[in-house]
Formats: sequence, structure tokens, C-alpha cells
Amino acid sequence: MIPVAITVNGKVRTAHVEPRTLLVHFLREHLNLTGTHVGCDTSQCGACTVIVDGRSAKSCTIFAVQADGSTVTTIEGLAADGKLHPVQEGFWEEHGLQCGYCTPGMIMSAVNLLQDNPSPDEKQIREGIAGNFCRCTGYQHIVNAIQHAAKHGGGKAAR
Amino acid sequence: MIPVAFDYQRATSVDDAIAKLTASGGKAIAGGHSLVPLMKLRLSEPGTLVDISKIPGLSGVKEAGGKIEIGATTTHAEIAGSKLLRDKCPILAEAAAEIGDPQVRNRGTIGGSLAHADPASDLPAVAIALDADIQIKGRSGARTVKAAAFFRGFYDVDLAAGELIVAVHVTPVRSAAYAKLHQRASHYAIVGAAVALDVKGGVIQSARVGLTGATTHAIRLAGVEKALAGKKADGVAAAVASAAGEAGDLNADLHASADYRKAMIPVFVKRAVERALARG
Ligand SMILES: Cc1cc2nc3c(=O)[nH]c(=O)nc-3n(C[C@H](O)[C@H](O)[C@H](O)COP(=O)(O)OP(=O)(O)OC[C@H]3O[C@@H](n4cnc5c(N)ncnc54)[C@H](O)[C@@H]3O)c2cc1C
Ligand code: FES
Ligand code: FES
Repeated sequence: MIPVAITVNGKVRTAHVEPRTLLVHFLREHLNLTGTHVGCDTSQCGACTVIVDGRSAKSCTIFAVQADGSTVTTIEGLAADGKLHPVQEGFWEEHGLQCGYCTPGMIMSAVNLLQDNPSPDEKQIREGIAGNFCRCTGYQHIVNAIQHAAKHGGGKAAR
Repeated sequence: MIPVAFDYQRATSVDDAIAKLTASGGKAIAGGHSLVPLMKLRLSEPGTLVDISKIPGLSGVKEAGGKIEIGATTTHAEIAGSKLLRDKCPILAEAAAEIGDPQVRNRGTIGGSLAHADPASDLPAVAIALDADIQIKGRSGARTVKAAAFFRGFYDVDLAAGELIVAVHVTPVRSAAYAKLHQRASHYAIVGAAVALDVKGGVIQSARVGLTGATTHAIRLAGVEKALAGKKADGVAAAVASAAGEAGDLNADLHASADYRKAMIPVFVKRAVERALARG
């Protein structure tokens, strides 16, 4: 077991973990932050996407020990003071989800995209979510949701 | 999917990493985006992982004496976003921007990509076209290997146990380009062609061509390079016609048959040459 200290959604969380513990399992099972999903478990689908040190990453492809000392934001950490993040607002307003399984990862990728490029065009949005698969929506409503977020300050919002 | 248990150590310097790798007989981990999936499938079962991703000074793109140095742990996203590379050596930024997806590019590194040498990875072909110097350090000191000699076979490169890639040096070339036919889900190359040209008055003086995705490992196409010399845009199609023949035995997998790759190789080599020419 190895001690880790990871700042998750603004709080330092310490634990002793086996080196083979994946970050996604640390978040879901040690911290009970089950908003981050496991879809494929093979680094393809992006359902497990979180922000690590300011960049989107697939938490099923990172060991928790690699994130020791890092800052992680999950879907649970996006809303501030009871107010949804502009990207969450966008998904709400534009019906950017059906079953919702891909949504937490999709939103974290959109947050990463808007932070790099606050006013992406449609092609750039589709490239920005290229690492996230959705089996329900056909993506169009997700693209609309991200456009909505871009228009409403999604790039300037925290994280 | 849970990997076999292993020990984890974090290296604080290159020498520390080499010492830890030598003492443990373990494997380096940089971005982990080739290694972790293999470990989860238990296709790789290292007893110790030595994390090199946080070693100070091992990442970054900088200019030194007319060359550009890219540190081993520089991520694909950092290469894609580098203004220096976009201005002076756009092929590298362009190829890095086409790797996988944003999350993969945020973690994966140039050193990991070259050391792992997946036959479908992009940067090996670009390193060959740029005639990159791969800088290696190990217990017995430092050495430099040319990219074309570094890739030796199927996941086989010129790296001994305990050795690390520390940096990649390239002489920047503006008239160079990368063109790939990508697998739709992963974005790995089915066929990827990297071409660097020396052009004067629209005439190709000399060319370097790297090919990935098509064979056991990335290779240089010296015959095509020779055929391109002295050609203008209208001579490119004829000059690249022999590219598939020169590549030799072609990969066949669930993404593409050998025949399909054979048909696509000249198409993508030609596209890369045309884009490189357009950069003048
Ligand atoms: C979904 C997905 C899609 C992908 N798509 C593409 C794609 O389109 N094109 C592409 O080219 N790649 C693709 N990749 C691979 C990705 O680019 C990897 O990140 C890269 O190949 C390996 O870099 P890494 O830093 O993650 O290496 P790691 O996984 O950390 O290491 C890989 C191997 O290299 C060794 N190693 C790492 N760094 C060094 C070093 N400095 N010196 C010596 N040995 C070292 C390790 O010991 C290990 O054996 C994809 C990966 C995923 C998961
Ligand atoms: S669960 Fe991590 S990429 Fe699918
Ligand atoms: S909403 Fe169901 S997978 Fe995307």
C-alpha cells in the first residue's frame, strides 16, 4: 500500500492504495464519487473522463498513485454555490443527453475544450469530444449543448 | 480489469530513474497510455513501475543551436500546441494533433510513443522523415541513435534494459507534412506517411520519407526518396508509385487487409508530398 494525497474537487483526500488501483476506482470506491462512470474500461469511450491538473484525462487509464499530489476535478466538483456550471446548463437547456451514461465524461471534455478554445466552431466541438462515445443521442444535441455553453461563458467558468 | 500487483516508485531525476530501473528490473511509465491498457489486459506484467512523468526538466520544446529539442515526457498536446513547432516544424505539431483524442494527447508522450513503437503509431514515421536524433541515457552513459535505425521490428527498438529516451532532436523543416488514413475509433494509423522535402523553385532537391501503420515497424522509404529527387509537383504520382512495393510485407488485421494497405500507401505518400510542397 502506498500513501497518496490527491486534491479532489478542492479538498485534499488522503488514502493508502495499492499501486494497481485505478484513479476511477479511487474516485468511485474510496471517495464514493460515483458520477465518474466506467464504460469500456479499455481507454476508448471517455465515460471516465475527469480533469487532472487542468487537462482532461481518462481516469480508467491512470493509476491513483500517478495522480499523487495532483488536483482532480470530477463532475461533482463543477457546480459552484448550488449553481450549475455553464456546460451543465447547456446540457440541461439543449437536451444534451438521453440515458446520461456518457454525460459526466462528455461534460468534462467540453469543459477542457472551452478552456482551450472559448468559442469553438462545430468541427472543433466534434474534435473536442472525439474521445467520448455516446450511444444514444447521435451527438447533435451534445454539440448544441456545448455551443450553448460557449455562448454563456463556459470558457471563462472555473476549472 | 485489474492488472497484476506491482510496486510503484517515482523518479526525481533521469539518473534516479535509471538507478531505480536497474535495481528493480522494472519498466518506466510516462503517460501510461500504451502501458496501462496492456497491464489491464495482463499482456504486460512489470514487477515495478518507475514513474518518469514528473522528472523536472524532462518535458518541453526548446530551440538550441538551430535544432529543436523535445523532452521525452513532452505530451502530444504540448507538441500540438507548441508555437515554435507550428512555425518552424509544423509536421510534428500536425501529427501530434492527430493522435487519438484530446484525453490521449493530454497524457501520452513522445518518448513513450517512440519507445513503445506500436506499428500503428504516428510519431515514429515523423521522426524518420525528420531524421531525428533520439537521445538515450543509461547506466553506461549517453548515446544518440538516428530514428531510422532506432525502430528494428515489431515493438522492437534499440533500447537496452534500464535505458531511457531523454529527448528527441530535430533540424526543423518547414516543407514537411504527415498524411494518415486513420482507424475511425482509435485514430491509430492504418497507413501514415511522413515526408520532409528540400525544395528550390518548385523542384524537389531531396526527400525523406517515413511510413507507419503498414509494416511491423515504421520504416524509411529510400527508393521513393530517390525517385522524388528532381521532381516537380507533376512528377510526384509517378515517383511514389513504387512505395508499397518497397515497403515489402504488409500488415493485415481487422482494420484493413494487406491489399487495402497496398492500395493506400501511394495515395497517402502522395498526399504528404503534395502538402509538404504546398508549404514550400
Ligand atoms: C484510445 C487510444 C488511442 C490512441 N491513438 C493513438 C494514435 O492515433 N496514434 C498514436 O501514435 N498513438 C495513439 N495512442 C497511443 C498513445 O499515443 C500513447 O500515449 C503512446 O503511444 C505512448 O506514450 P506514453 O507516454 O503513454 O507511454 P507509456 O504507456 O507510459 O509507456 C509505453 C512504453 O514505453 C516505455 N517508455 C515510456 N517512456 C519512455 C522513455 N522516455 N524512455 C524509454 N522508455 C519509455 C514504457 O516503459 C513502456 O514500455 C492511443 C492510445 C489510446 C489509449
Ligand atoms: S471507461 Fe475509461 S475510456 Fe471507457
Ligand atoms: S446519453 Fe446515453 S450514452 Fe450518451
